[in-house]
Amino acid sequence: MNVILRTEKLRVEFKSREFRQSPKVALCGLDLEVNAGEVFGFLGPNGAGKTTTINVLLGFVQPTGGSASLFGIDVRQPIARQRIGYLPELTYYYKFLTAEELLRFYSRIFSLPRAEAERRIDAVLKLVELESARKHLIKTYSKGMQQRVGLAQALINNPDLLILDEPTSGLDPLGRMKVREIIQRLKNEGKTVFFSSHELGEVETVCDRVAIISEGELKAIGRVGEIVGQRASLEKAFLDIVGYQTQTAP
Amino acid sequence: MNNIFAVAGIVIKELYRRKDFYVLFILTVVICLVMASVNVFNDNQIIRYLKELCLLLIWISSLVIAITTTARQIPAEREQRTLLPLLAKPLSRTQLIFGKFLGCWLACGLVLVCFYAFFGALAASREHAWPLLNYFQAAFLHWVMLGVVIAMTLLGSLVFAAPSSNSTICFVIVMAILCVGRYLDLVALSLAEPGRSIISGIYYTFPHLEVPFGMRNLIVHDWPLIEWKFVALDALYLLAYAAVFLVAACLVFRRKAVN
Repeated sequence: MNVILRTEKLRVEFKSREFRQSPKVALCGLDLEVNAGEVFGFLGPNGAGKTTTINVLLGFVQPTGGSASLFGIDVRQPIARQRIGYLPELTYYYKFLTAEELLRFYSRIFSLPRAEAERRIDAVLKLVELESARKHLIKTYSKGMQQRVGLAQALINNPDLLILDEPTSGLDPLGRMKVREIIQRLKNEGKTVFFSSHELGEVETVCDRVAIISEGELKAIGRVGEIVGQRASLEKAFLDIVGYQTQTAP
Repeated sequence: MNNIFAVAGIVIKELYRRKDFYVLFILTVVICLVMASVNVFNDNQIIRYLKELCLLLIWISSLVIAITTTARQIPAEREQRTLLPLLAKPLSRTQLIFGKFLGCWLACGLVLVCFYAFFGALAASREHAWPLLNYFQAAFLHWVMLGVVIAMTLLGSLVFAAPSSNSTICFVIVMAILCVGRYLDLVALSLAEPGRSIISGIYYTFPHLEVPFGMRNLIVHDWPLIEWKFVALDALYLLAYAAVFLVAACLVFRRKAVN
């Protein structure tokens, strides 16, 4: 298999701002491999290290130890991000721009030729169903529309790898369904999708493989069926793996 | 370079879609037109006072626009999290800093063109003369001086947490340089050690922005043109300071966590 995202013994420590406090370990020796063409779910409770992992992959945070690469290129080099798309959790875009202007700006960053950029802008706006609002300022958009603009900007360069950080967070059921449909469509086109989520039902539906981390350590990785095993659902498996004990009422 | 120009384009677009420039420009125009319409002291040379006042307003407005626009660039990107999708693209942090600087500097250049065009029209309506080269020298050095202020504010926006504190500190420093910068060496001579060394150190370390500020006299009092080699030398001196501040900003931003 062609591995396009790899972390090896990835370690991240954050220095404490308190005097004489030991550093907080956010990631501890994380080994991950994501193959081309698969939809990979990255799961874990809050504070497990999912966003930190994504931040390292995008060069936002420098690892304390280990290494991370995209398409075989060290993530610290900007060129490693040429073939990826990224949708952050709860992001706002430049409110003084229209969706079309925003996408034109991002396409310039990717050095897309003008004709190609216009073609991609039309295509992604159609995909996220924002054609009719393309000339409206982003500040007039609803939350769901802003999230769809986010998806559009993540797809502007026709990426081979899409990194989504909780893409359905805060969306209504209709918005979630649309995001799910887009992920499914990208999968059918042979794109690789790496996404973190708390929506386990969604993960079960769209993912080929999942990884579960807790307290910065990889607890499980494999196909959804392998992880679920004899348990009733992915949710049950997740709770077992992260060590959550259900409490019965007295 | 393409990435730097793309970022700069967004900064310029932001400036002309916000109200800051229009408010300051209209305020300057209204004050100057009101002043031009009356001659309280019945003085034939009143145009000199009018020109002086108009240029002072242009200086204050341009500094306010340069500092406030620059001070909010990086903090707003961080606060609104627009920095994340931006840096997730093949754009280096150095390119982002240079793009922000170029955008703010070019935007301030456009602002100066509007202000000086109004000033020229106002002065010509009374004096019936267009000393274009004098205006060009004054506006050019004014613009280069704003480059130093923008680079300094950009560095400040990476060091200080809040844009308001950064704006205040930068404005106070610039005003101090403009008002008392040229006298610091004289002050130093009258002090005992170690005060003399400290003040002398400040005098020789801080950029001297008062030369472009003094260029106002060139057009207020209709003085002859300054030799171009001195204009070029002062521009180079100011650009060197802008470069130092920009390099420092890049070094600070290079290892700063963006999330």
